Amino acid sequence: MLQTIRKFVIDNYLFGEEGKLGNEDSFMETGIIDSTGILELVRFLESTYGIKVEDEELIPDNLDSVSKIVSFIQAKQSALTREDDNILFQPLEKLPT
Amino acid sequence: MCGIAGSLQLHGGTVDREQLQYMIGAIRYRGPDDVGIYSHGPIGLAHARLSIIDLAGGHQPMSIAQDSLWITFNGEIFNYVELRDELILKGHRFTSNSDTEVLLHLYQEEGERCVERLNGQWAFAIWDAPRRKLFLSRDRVGVRPLYYTHTQGEFLFASEIKALLACPKVACAIDLKGLDQIFTFWVTVPPRTAFVGISQLPPGHSMVIEEGRVTTTPYWTLDLAPAATNGRTTADRLAEELLTLLEDATRIRLRADVPVGAYLSGGIDSTVIAALARRNAGERIRTFSVAFEASDFDESRFQHEASSFLRTSHHDVRCRHEDIVRVFSEVIWHTEQPILRSAPAPLYLLAKLVRDSGFKVVLTGEGADELFGGYDIFKETKIRQFWGRRPDSSWRPLLLKRLYPYLPGLQRQSLEYLKHFFHVTQQELNGPFFSHLPRWELTGKTKQFFSVSTRAELATTDAVSSLLHDLPTSYARWSPFLKAEFLESRYLLPGYILSSQGDRVAMAHAVEGRYPFLDHRVVAFAARLPADLKMKVLDQKYLLKRAVKGLIPESIRIRPKQPYRAPDGISFFYERDGYVQDLLSPARIKQDGVFDPQATEALVKKFRSGRETSVKDNMALTGILSTTLLLERFMRGRGALNGLPPMGNQLSSQSASRL
Repeated sequence: MLQTIRKFVIDNYLFGEEGKLGNEDSFMETGIIDSTGILELVRFLESTYGIKVEDEELIPDNLDSVSKIVSFIQAKQSALTREDDNILFQPLEKLPT
Repeated sequence: MCGIAGSLQLHGGTVDREQLQYMIGAIRYRGPDDVGIYSHGPIGLAHARLSIIDLAGGHQPMSIAQDSLWITFNGEIFNYVELRDELILKGHRFTSNSDTEVLLHLYQEEGERCVERLNGQWAFAIWDAPRRKLFLSRDRVGVRPLYYTHTQGEFLFASEIKALLACPKVACAIDLKGLDQIFTFWVTVPPRTAFVGISQLPPGHSMVIEEGRVTTTPYWTLDLAPAATNGRTTADRLAEELLTLLEDATRIRLRADVPVGAYLSGGIDSTVIAALARRNAGERIRTFSVAFEASDFDESRFQHEASSFLRTSHHDVRCRHEDIVRVFSEVIWHTEQPILRSAPAPLYLLAKLVRDSGFKVVLTGEGADELFGGYDIFKETKIRQFWGRRPDSSWRPLLLKRLYPYLPGLQRQSLEYLKHFFHVTQQELNGPFFSHLPRWELTGKTKQFFSVSTRAELATTDAVSSLLHDLPTSYARWSPFLKAEFLESRYLLPGYILSSQGDRVAMAHAVEGRYPFLDHRVVAFAARLPADLKMKVLDQKYLLKRAVKGLIPESIRIRPKQPYRAPDGISFFYERDGYVQDLLSPARIKQDGVFDPQATEALVKKFRSGRETSVKDNMALTGILSTTLLLERFMRGRGALNGLPPMGNQLSSQSASRL
């Protein structure tokens, strides 16, 4: 996951300048991502990892470095898994049709 | 409207007449109706004419006073009728009905200060033979262009850079500092241009060349000195005054011996001008618009609403992505500078429509956004300033959501990110460029595509601090709102709006733009207007909207500001002939050396992938392509420029007999 996200950031924001990207580097402080760029990132994460990023999750704490994105995605995915697990314990009539 | 060129041998000698023919030949499209050259001893003046006023009698270069004063003049003096009457009372005799002759007599009467009396748009050169003095001037806000260079003891000037480059001895190279400024501000800071060694006379300046010395002097500057207001009556009175001024500014801009048209963008400014033109000129007025196939950019609904309200005969050109890429190379040939937006291309197509419809003159609404609080950057400035006074406030930054409603990418941002991009610090708040820092920072990020060698060359260059030396003394006392207004009016307006989107793409088709909002009386009125009447809280163009109630459709009057934009990066991938692909190929980018081949390739790949692209990506791609086209057309294509036919063989019999 880390490598996939790194590659996306390098290809789309750094345009190939790989050496410049540390996993902890703040995208905002280093100016890697501009004012409209964050939405490209969100679209990529949603399509690649099958998650939905809510508006209130669009905050630097979740998305401002490669490492933060990895933690965020992992947390989202485990939440998704938990939801799936929960389904197994629900009465059948409550399951979505 | 016309094209001018000229040469002065600074240390004696005789001017090269053939060279003048090549110079004027390079910009002949600006004035296809007539051409003339005057040369005598060290001086040579050339003129390509687009006949608008006094079709029979306005041949140029023109002289008076037994050939002691000669002029080559591009532009219009709209108050020439009044000036002429005044000069006749003082004993001046006229042999033509042209504004050009009025200008000569006014110079004879008042000398260099004559420009202060002019209401118009001009770039001209007067040769004062008895004093052996060359006097050049450019209008207050920079509607008309004027470039110059010195080489080998010779001073050369012209309406466009390509006329200077038509002289083989003038070097042709891209100015990296100019490029750095364009990739920050969208424009170069005058006198700098995108070409090494070629300068522009700044707007509002005159220049004198006498005894080998060149002196440049400002005769006008935008001095923003708002008067205090109190209450409702004042606003009503000012609204009335503004409408009266605009009406007169439009009326005198209808002076022409050919039919006049008007652009309709679908917004308030051009509709106001078209309405005033309609009121003054009746059904003769025809209106012209750009419609876009891409619905995000299209405003044809409002354009049609305006034209049916005003009952004008309306024409539009429908612009598709493939049209933008098709004409882009020609557009850059005319802009003579890199551009970061494709928006000049549709206006190039629009000017062609105007010309093909048999019109040479159009009125437009340019200038209103700068002078009357129309742009979102003014709103941005107010919101950031308000937030900056209480940086910890949780609700003040919510106002950032009100900015740029037409940019969906920005609208979908979370507040945390908006706060970062529209940052405010105490230091910035008190600094000279508070209003424009977020914008310039964003634009400046396009420089990540500069090559290693370009970056090395620019290592000690800082575009933003280079502006510090160019500000008027009163600037420091102005509010951030007024500073923003000044920066827009002084730099972006002449350097991009009136140039790349104005004179250059219109004159490519011999179409003259006229701008009632830039009448100097309207500008002076705006300069005295309190900022809160330009934008009341966040209500853009408050006084203007109030002034034009009933004049234009209400839906257009109260419509939120929609800036004129065109599809950018994506358009370049709709090409049919492969020139973009060639120009952006790693081999070509490497050969030119200005941009980084690998990064450019990655950018192109991003666009081709169909993935979402950012504002910066679009500016970068358009900037790289236009710079590469500039190198292609001007540096590599220099031979073609020098190979243009001299225009001597097209000299009219009138000029031949005069010489």
